[in-house]
Amino acid sequence: MKKIIVDDMLLTKDLPTTAGSKMLEGYMSLFEAEAISRLNGAGYTISGKAEVGEFAIDLICETNYKGAFVKKGKLASPVAEMLEGDAEAAVCMDVNGSVRRAAAQNSLVSIKPTYGTVSRFGTVPVACSGETVSVMAKSADNCEAVLSIIAGHDDKDGTSLSDEDCAKAKEVSPMRRIAVLGNMLKDTDLAVARKIEIFRENLAAKGIEVCEINSDVIAASSAAWNVLMCAELCNNVSRYDGVKYGYRAENFSGIDELYTNSRTEAFGELLKCAILFGSDTLSTENYMKVYDKSLRVRRVVSEAFNALFEQYDAVMMPACSSFDYSEDIEDTAVFEENYYTAPASITGLPAVVIDGVQLVGKAFSEGSLLAFAKEYEKEAK
Amino acid sequence: MKYETVIGLEVHVELATKSKIFCSCSAHSFGAEPNSHVCPACCGMPGMLPVVNKRVVDYGMKAGMMLNCHINRTTTFDKKSYYYPDLPAAYQTTQWFAPVAVNGTVEIETSGGKKSVRIKQIHMEEDAGKLVHDIREDTTHVDFNRTSVPLIEIVSQPDLSGAEEVEAYLERLKTLLRYAKVAECEMAHGTMRCDVNLSVRPEGSNVLGVRTEMKNMNSIEAIKRAIEYEVSRHIDAIENGTEVLVQETRRWDDIKGKSYAMRTKETAGDYRYFPDPNVMPIVIDDEWFDSIKATLPELPEVKKARYTGEYGLSDYDADQLTKSIAVCECFEDAYSVCGNAKDAANWMISEVMSLLNVKKMTYDMLDLNGITLGELIVLVSGGKVGRANAKKILAAIFDDPSIVPEEYAKANGFIVSNDTGLIATVVKETVAADPKSVADFKGGKEKALMALFGKCMKQLKGNCDPQVLRKILIDHINGL
Repeated sequence: MKKIIVDDMLLTKDLPTTAGSKMLEGYMSLFEAEAISRLNGAGYTISGKAEVGEFAIDLICETNYKGAFVKKGKLASPVAEMLEGDAEAAVCMDVNGSVRRAAAQNSLVSIKPTYGTVSRFGTVPVACSGETVSVMAKSADNCEAVLSIIAGHDDKDGTSLSDEDCAKAKEVSPMRRIAVLGNMLKDTDLAVARKIEIFRENLAAKGIEVCEINSDVIAASSAAWNVLMCAELCNNVSRYDGVKYGYRAENFSGIDELYTNSRTEAFGELLKCAILFGSDTLSTENYMKVYDKSLRVRRVVSEAFNALFEQYDAVMMPACSSFDYSEDIEDTAVFEENYYTAPASITGLPAVVIDGVQLVGKAFSEGSLLAFAKEYEKEAK
Repeated sequence: MKYETVIGLEVHVELATKSKIFCSCSAHSFGAEPNSHVCPACCGMPGMLPVVNKRVVDYGMKAGMMLNCHINRTTTFDKKSYYYPDLPAAYQTTQWFAPVAVNGTVEIETSGGKKSVRIKQIHMEEDAGKLVHDIREDTTHVDFNRTSVPLIEIVSQPDLSGAEEVEAYLERLKTLLRYAKVAECEMAHGTMRCDVNLSVRPEGSNVLGVRTEMKNMNSIEAIKRAIEYEVSRHIDAIENGTEVLVQETRRWDDIKGKSYAMRTKETAGDYRYFPDPNVMPIVIDDEWFDSIKATLPELPEVKKARYTGEYGLSDYDADQLTKSIAVCECFEDAYSVCGNAKDAANWMISEVMSLLNVKKMTYDMLDLNGITLGELIVLVSGGKVGRANAKKILAAIFDDPSIVPEEYAKANGFIVSNDTGLIATVVKETVAADPKSVADFKGGKEKALMALFGKCMKQLKGNCDPQVLRKILIDHINGL
C-alpha cells in the first residue's frame, strides 16, 4: 500500500476534519473529498492528516487554534514535517499560498495545478474562485504520480473542466525562455535572492534563456486577491454558527448570544480580521469601488500573464520573502507575504515550486512544469 | 382629494422540477416528514458544491418566454448573504447581475379594460427552509425540506393600480405558468407567494409616494384585503397625519386584518451580493433556446378562438375547456380519436369535470389519457355501449389508467346486444308483470310507457339500443 498525507482542509469520513479551526474541532464529515476517493481507488492509504492554519489562509501554520507550529524558534510546516516519513506525497489545499511557501522553505517540490483540473468536491470552502487542491512531495516524480490520479473531470464540481481540457495538462513542451519577475526580487531576504541567483545560473547552464521583466499589474495581484479571498471567506464561514455542528459556547442566554459567543470563542484573530475586511468589501458602498475592481484586476492580471506567455514558457518568481519565519511574526503579515503567491492564486494558473523557486506557467502547462522540475532535480543530483 | 395607488409585485413561484436546484434531492416535500428530503448539499455542509439542475434553467427560460421577456443568453448565479436559521449555508444562491429573463409584459383584462403590465425581470433562485414554531413548548424547529427547491421570482414594474388589477395579474400569471407546465402556482401550498410594493399619491401626480412592502399573504383574497387596508392607512396618514409613512417592510396579519412594520430601510440588512464562483456562467446557445421555444404552448385565448371557430364549440364550452391545459390536452386527444368535437367537449364538461369535482381534484390534476376517452366516446356513438355503462367505464379508467374501454366493456357485460329475441322476451315478461302501467299507457298516459321502458332497460343491464327497445315495446303493447 502506498501512503499519502492529506491536509486538514480535505474532508475525510473516518477522521475528523477541522480546517485548523476550533469551530470544527472533532467535525466528522458525512462524505469525503473526491481527491481522496480517487487516491483510495488507486491503492493509496492515508497515513495521516496534516494540521493547517485556520482555514489555511495563514503563512504556513501559525494561527491554528492549538497555537503556532514552531521548531527551533521558527515557524514550521506540519505537512513538510510529515513528509519526512515514508508517505509518497501530501495532497493539500492551496488557499493562500501556504503550500508553496512550505515547499520553498523545506526544499520540497509542490505543484498547484490549473484551476478546474482537480475537483474541489469535499474540500472545506474558503476562497472558491482561486483555491486549488495541490500536491507536495520530496520529488517532482512523486508530485506527478499523485497529480495524475487526482486530476480529471468531476460531475460533482460545477467548475471542474472537461476530461479533454484536463488531458491538455499532461502534455509536455520544453522550456526555452523564462521570464523573471523583477518586481518581486526587491524585497526578499538574502537567502531567497541567492536562491534565485543560483537558479538563474542553472537555467543558463541548461541553455534556457532568462529575461528579467517587470509587471506592475502582476505585482498588484496580492491586493486584489486579499479582497476576493476575504470576501469569499466571509461568505463561506458564515455557516458556522454553533447550532447545527461544530463548536458551541458553553455559556449563553438566548439564540443570539449562542451565535455570538460560539463565534467569538472559536474563531481566531486572523480569521476575524479576514471576515471583517471581506464583509466590508462586499457592502453596497464598497462593492464597485473594491470588490468589482478586484475582479477587474483579476482579468488584467490574466491578460498580462497571457501576453508574457506569447514570448516566455514560464514566469519565475520567489514563493516567499524569507525561508525562515521567526515565531513572533505577525499573523497579518500573510496579507503582504502572499505578494509572491497571489498571482497564480488569482489567475488559477499552474505553479511549480522547486529548489525554493516558483515557476508560474500558462493554463494547462503543469505537465511541462513538472517535466522541467524532474529534469532540474536530476541535474542537481 | 382623489388618490391613486401604485403597485408593483414580486411573485415567487416554485418550479415543478423533480429535483432541487443544486442537488438531486426531491423537490416535492409538501406534507412530508420534516428533514426527510435533505442531503449535505442542501443543508449547506462544508465541501459540497452546487451543480445546476438544467431543468431549472429550461423552466426559467420557458417562464420568461411565456411572459414575453428577453432571455439573457449568458445568465449567472450570485450569492446573497444573510443570516437566518432557515438558511443553512447563510447565503442564498440567486441571480442578481444577469437574471435569466428581463423586460417582459403580461396582458390583463379587468372591468377597466385591457392593460399591459411590464415585467422588470425573472430570476432563478433557491428557496429557504421553514421554521416551525411550537407555541406550547416555546421552541422553534427547523425543516430543511424546502431548502434549495427551485424558485423563480417575477418582478413587475409598478404598473398596477389596485386590488382588481392585482388579482387579474396573478390569475394571468397562474394561467400562463400552468399552461407552460413549469409551476403549480398554488398559493395555499406555498408554490406561489406574493410581496406587494405599494404607494399612494394624489391623482395626476407624477411623484411617487412613500413605498411600503407587504409580505405574508397566502391567498389572493388576503392580498386584496391587505391592499385595501394599506391604501386606507396611507391615505389616512397623508390626509390626517395619523402617522408618518416610512419606507419599510410590513407583515400582513390576515386574522387581525392589519399590517405591522417588520423592518425599515435603515435597519434592512446589506445582502452583499457577489458572483457565485462555484457556478459557471450559463450560456444559452441557439439550439437550447430554440428547443425550449418549440415547447411553448398555445395561449388560452388562441385555443379558445380555435375551439369556437374551427371546432364550432359554444363560447361557454370553450371557456370551460381552456381553464386548464390538462383538460385541453385530454379534450384534443379525445377529439383526435372520436372525430366529433361537440361529443368530446360534452364528455369533458359533463362527465370528466364532474368526476374531478367528486374526487375534489383540480382541473390541473387531471391525469386522464384523452386517447382512451376518445375510444370510449366511439363505443357510445357507435351504439356499442350505452351511456350509463360508459360512465361506469370512465370512472374505472380514472382509477386504473391501463384499462382498454372495449375490453373492459366486454369483460363486464357492457356491450349492447342486438338480440331482438332476448329483448322481446324481456318486454313480454315486464309488460305481463305490470298491467297497471299498460292500462295507464293505453288510457293516454305517455309517462307510463317510460316506466315500462326503464324497467326493461334495467333488466337488459343497459345493453340495448334505446330505439330498438322502444319499438319492440310499443309494438308489443299495441299487439296485446
